[in-house]
Amino acid sequence: MKKILLAIGLVISTTFLFAQQTTFPVNGSFDTRPGMFAFTNATIVVNANQTLTNATLLIKGQSIQGVGAGLAVPKGYVVIDLKGKFIYPSLIDAFTSYGLTEGPAQQRGFGGQRQSIFVSTKKGAYGWNESIRPETYVKNIFSTDSKKADELRKVGFGSVNVISRDGIARGVSAAVTLNEGADNSVILKDQTAANYSFNKGTSSNDYPTSLMGSIALLRQTYYDAQWYGKQKDEYNISLDEFGKQQTIPQIFEVDGWQNILRADKIGKEFGKKYIIKSTGDEYQRINEVKATGASLIIPLTFPKAYDVEDPAEARNVSLSQMKGWELAPTNPASLEKAGIKFALTAFGLENSRDFWTNLRTAIENGLTEKQALQSVTEIPASLLGISDKVGSLEKGKVANFLISSDNLFKNGNIIFENWVQGKRFVVNKMDVSDVRGTYNLNVDGVGALTLKITGTGGGSTAAIERVGTDSVKTTATFTRNGDWISINFNLKKNPKGDIRLSGYITSANPVTIKGESALADGSTGKFTATYKEAAKETPKKDEPKATLALGPVIYPFSAFGSTELPKQETVLIKNGTVWTNEKDGILQNADVLLENGKIKAVGKNLSASGAKVIDATGKHITAGIIDEHSHIAGAGGINEGAQSVSAEVRVADIINSEDVNIYRQLAGGVTTSHILHGSANPIGGQSQLIKLRWGKSPEELKFVGADGFIKFALGENVKQSNFGTGARFPVTRMGVEQTFVDEFTRAKEYEKALSVKGNSVRKDLELDAIVEILNNKRFITCHSYVQSEINMLIHVADSLGFKINTFTHILEGYKVADKMKAHGIAGSTFSDWWAYKNEVAEAIPYNGKIMHNVGITTAFNSDDAEMARHLNQEAGKSVLYGNVPEEDALKFVTLNPARMLHIDDKVGSLKAGKDADVVIWTANPLSIYARAEKTFVDGIAYWDIDKMHR
Amino acid sequence: MHTKRYILSLALSASSLMCFAQANISPAKKQSKTIAITGATIHVGNGTVIENGTILFGNGKIISVMANGQVPQDDVMRIVATGKHIYPGFIAATTNLGLTEIEAVKATLDFQEIGDFNSHIRSIVAYNTDSKVPATLRSNGVLMAQPTPQGGTVSGSSSVVQLDAWNWEDAAIKTDDAMHVTWPVTPRFRGGFGGFGRPQQSPEALAERTQAAIAQLTSFFAEAKAYSEISKPEVINTRFEAMKKVFAGNEKLFIAADSQKDIVAAVNFAKKFGITPVITGADEAYLVIDFLKDNNITLVVKQPHALPNNNDDDVNMPYKNAAVLANAGLNVVLSIDGYWQQRNLPFMAGTVTAWGLDKEKALSTITLNAAKAMGVDKTTGSIETGKDATFFISAGDALDMRTNKVEQAFIQGRDINLDNLHKQLDKKFSDKYSAEKK
Repeated sequence: MKKILLAIGLVISTTFLFAQQTTFPVNGSFDTRPGMFAFTNATIVVNANQTLTNATLLIKGQSIQGVGAGLAVPKGYVVIDLKGKFIYPSLIDAFTSYGLTEGPAQQRGFGGQRQSIFVSTKKGAYGWNESIRPETYVKNIFSTDSKKADELRKVGFGSVNVISRDGIARGVSAAVTLNEGADNSVILKDQTAANYSFNKGTSSNDYPTSLMGSIALLRQTYYDAQWYGKQKDEYNISLDEFGKQQTIPQIFEVDGWQNILRADKIGKEFGKKYIIKSTGDEYQRINEVKATGASLIIPLTFPKAYDVEDPAEARNVSLSQMKGWELAPTNPASLEKAGIKFALTAFGLENSRDFWTNLRTAIENGLTEKQALQSVTEIPASLLGISDKVGSLEKGKVANFLISSDNLFKNGNIIFENWVQGKRFVVNKMDVSDVRGTYNLNVDGVGALTLKITGTGGGSTAAIERVGTDSVKTTATFTRNGDWISINFNLKKNPKGDIRLSGYITSANPVTIKGESALADGSTGKFTATYKEAAKETPKKDEPKATLALGPVIYPFSAFGSTELPKQETVLIKNGTVWTNEKDGILQNADVLLENGKIKAVGKNLSASGAKVIDATGKHITAGIIDEHSHIAGAGGINEGAQSVSAEVRVADIINSEDVNIYRQLAGGVTTSHILHGSANPIGGQSQLIKLRWGKSPEELKFVGADGFIKFALGENVKQSNFGTGARFPVTRMGVEQTFVDEFTRAKEYEKALSVKGNSVRKDLELDAIVEILNNKRFITCHSYVQSEINMLIHVADSLGFKINTFTHILEGYKVADKMKAHGIAGSTFSDWWAYKNEVAEAIPYNGKIMHNVGITTAFNSDDAEMARHLNQEAGKSVLYGNVPEEDALKFVTLNPARMLHIDDKVGSLKAGKDADVVIWTANPLSIYARAEKTFVDGIAYWDIDKMHR
Repeated sequence: MHTKRYILSLALSASSLMCFAQANISPAKKQSKTIAITGATIHVGNGTVIENGTILFGNGKIISVMANGQVPQDDVMRIVATGKHIYPGFIAATTNLGLTEIEAVKATLDFQEIGDFNSHIRSIVAYNTDSKVPATLRSNGVLMAQPTPQGGTVSGSSSVVQLDAWNWEDAAIKTDDAMHVTWPVTPRFRGGFGGFGRPQQSPEALAERTQAAIAQLTSFFAEAKAYSEISKPEVINTRFEAMKKVFAGNEKLFIAADSQKDIVAAVNFAKKFGITPVITGADEAYLVIDFLKDNNITLVVKQPHALPNNNDDDVNMPYKNAAVLANAGLNVVLSIDGYWQQRNLPFMAGTVTAWGLDKEKALSTITLNAAKAMGVDKTTGSIETGKDATFFISAGDALDMRTNKVEQAFIQGRDINLDNLHKQLDKKFSDKYSAEKK
């Protein structure tokens, strides 16, 4: 007999790699046990698609030996009868920082104080920027954490993916079980994924200071890693590791749906399909999220209800907050409906106990139980490449499973045990019989009562009821220790005072409890509680379903968003004063016809069948205002100011479609805005031209077919005269000149090297942008103030062979207007700003007039979300300061900026064939009394003063 | 004939000044002759308009204002202003004009002292009459201002000045017209760039700090008031000394408050000390109109050219705010942040007109209402008999940039020079280019 068992043991142990061989010494005698358990008569949920009833699960050591109905239990197995109970695979959390001592990385905001750390100070042969840290391997820094493991196991998790959440490239995560013991023993997979984010984390480098800088750095790192493999000049652990990690799954942590799109865009550039961990607002743009094709990891963090009882405070709770609170619980259902593959994570929950509350809320809001189970088992397993080990209950997999009282998702379900790697962890005592129910209670000296026991753990709360004479309902104090039960309550009268019962379970099926009673008067006696029926669930749990009437998603997800965007129509604007900006000049009593997003005709007595007619009698009609210099609608900072050249950053990467200033500009007649990088450095980032299509997605805002521009800057800001540490070159206008000379010289050499050596040259995104300028494929708009520096840049441009398209701000343009004119450079200035810095001490409001009179294409810009709302009146100031003819004055904010942005073939005037970007004003648009009534972009009235909705 | 010649000579003298630098724009001489301006549309400043009116003024004061083409028979100098508009000089309320020259140059910043309770601080002594800025305001019709200290909880006293002076003594119309207090507010966390920002302190901690600041302010006032009742204090406290005028009713109290709760709290605070305050800022005043009316509160409303405070607010609320308040019957003064920006003050009134307030009432918000709030309405703020002859002639509607054309301006009867640095630089470089063209 013994021999046979031994033989079986040998056979089995050779088939499993989890056999107990170890290099680790033991202090004392070995205590290796067979570890064979049979769980019988259970309802076994093998996976979301397969449930076995009255089935058996066999485990040995760390592995599942078999799952099935009618499975014979071999000898030597400890049998655990799970009649009436359920077995589920333990849950998997794909996104944790479990077992990492450093915890979540310090979340440093963008645009913080700079330290003047240009190159990493980290020890070792790593890369220049500490936020690129692919050399981080969780397997090297991870350590089991009993307390945290216990917390997660109680929720039901059996294994987790551990991510070092620090930096932009964060290195390689590892999947571990939540077992106790040596760190070695819990590793499920040592390299699950390479991890990324847009957040530089604890990096001490100044760069990047902005979201677009993070994106640019990551993009450059991809190129650098490609180059690294082909070169011998540089030894760099970070680039080496980055390159090596490209074949494993890639997880990208972002914040919000717009960042999902941003991450996805980078992924597409480099052929990567990221698994994206986001924040649960995907329902706000489910179609765009779906279109990325990305798999997601989604938290169950739902906003708490806002306190809106005090109307004065309620004002400060925004519509987007209120709607977010309302709709966030629908997010998982929304993802499921859209067919997006997603895992759920407990990450971000204030209390891990909220996991089940929130998951059930999500189910109440339409998430199916099947999807819920998949999202916490099979999907995270497959995303992490550990499906062969965990996520379902199959022979050969790791023995990670839960024993529960009921369907896992049902309210009131109890998780009894969570087995991890074949090791039992008790969550709630299972051998405690379930005493929940309604009982006939008889207490000596009191009479007949009803006892109701409810709650978790087989019963944890009690209530007493008496009907008839002296009817009463009261809660009771219920304590239980195994089979011992005590119940205290007070009936108020007959008899008065506390009644204390102390007894034990005498029979399990049906439950009977018997014992001693003690009344307040000191008398003692006996009590008996006899099971009558199952306690009825309190009905309130079902209530939410009945009252669930959710509002729709609005676009954008904020005030002034709408469920449906205004539509393109055929519109005939009749009988207004039409400022054509063309040869026709200003037409009185004229019409403008908009069709298919274009201006169909401008003239008198137009007609169009089926057109919506707007009577513009007494009103003025102009082309939409174009703001040459704007900083609205950007996310994560508009300045990448850590270095004196940041030509590699792109505003295109960070357009924020939800910025309320888009709507506010529309209310001021603006239709096109040139979103510029800030002026923190001589060569700033690449700008993005947008149309103000309020409600559309970031990509849809972009002005299609426009030339690319780049921001340059001169003077006090780039010298950092009024901020910064003074350590970044340059700090004088002399240094500013040499910054340009050096950069363009390097760009020329780079271009030459590319043409000679081709792909072996390291691709430099910064220099690529400069080469584009040299080849007239990218155009400069340069922030500038005083004449010396303006003159300087003109000379640098001449000597290095590039052109300056526009001087923006250019408040001393009037002093060098002849030079600008000779070089064909446009001027985009402020109407009347001055005195705010030393370099504008001689800024004058006649600047626009003088430049215009000299023959320069002259515009007024805003640089300011507020001023942009009345650029028409800023143009009016050129009438005040310099008597510019009114027709020309309006062009300062319409046709002239269109010219300097090279889009005057599409916008800027009212001419058949141009885009239907049109404004109807209540009065002469240059007048302070003019209000924008309707603002059309592509023939769509995104602003309509009569319909101002919220 | 007489008049024409006068205008001609004026034009000549003005243009001859053009060749000089700003330093040579001198304050005008005292009015020597009585002048009658005839034929103009007179915007009185109190809400009324006089068509074809005549203003007779001498010794710096308005002698009479006549309507319907009446002209004085006396032998006076005449200016024919037919078809033109006359406005009382605009008053720039709560400004740092003359206390700052270049915002980014620390050496030129003289409007914000350190410390929380600076009731003894007085703006008038720092007011720089040689600043290049006032001349750029005068040419748009802004002829008076209230240079105001900022910062801390009690910032100090403002004064009212006219903008054509040799030194702060002769600039002063009224010294120490108002004490300025900023109601302590709890900063609201709006999230950092990209949502990565985190509040530095919990909302509870911030609210607690605010409450502590309010308690300090309250005890400062309580102790100052008690001090003011001591005839000979053992130890002189200059801060409390400066508060005496406020409690005696000889100096106004301006309190900056924006949210509806803060506005109510600030008013009730002042009332406890027997003072009816002027509320400045007043973004959410439109939410507590009845309360403000019950308490007869004057409001110095922030510039309409501002973004709404909350994302959800009506996008045009800042445009409408002053109109809503004034139409409800409140005494409203319109202000604008900054100093060089004050040249846009007339257009702020224009904006308020566009968004619902009667044009003459809008004018009052930058003239008579301002004078009343500062306690100088007996001598200025409107074109009425007995008041200072401080007004200007514009070819068109001065509240609109399209038509604001200030041709001649008088401060206390003195015919001031309307040249400024900007006009001079314009001329200098325009001449350069036209010479090169030839």
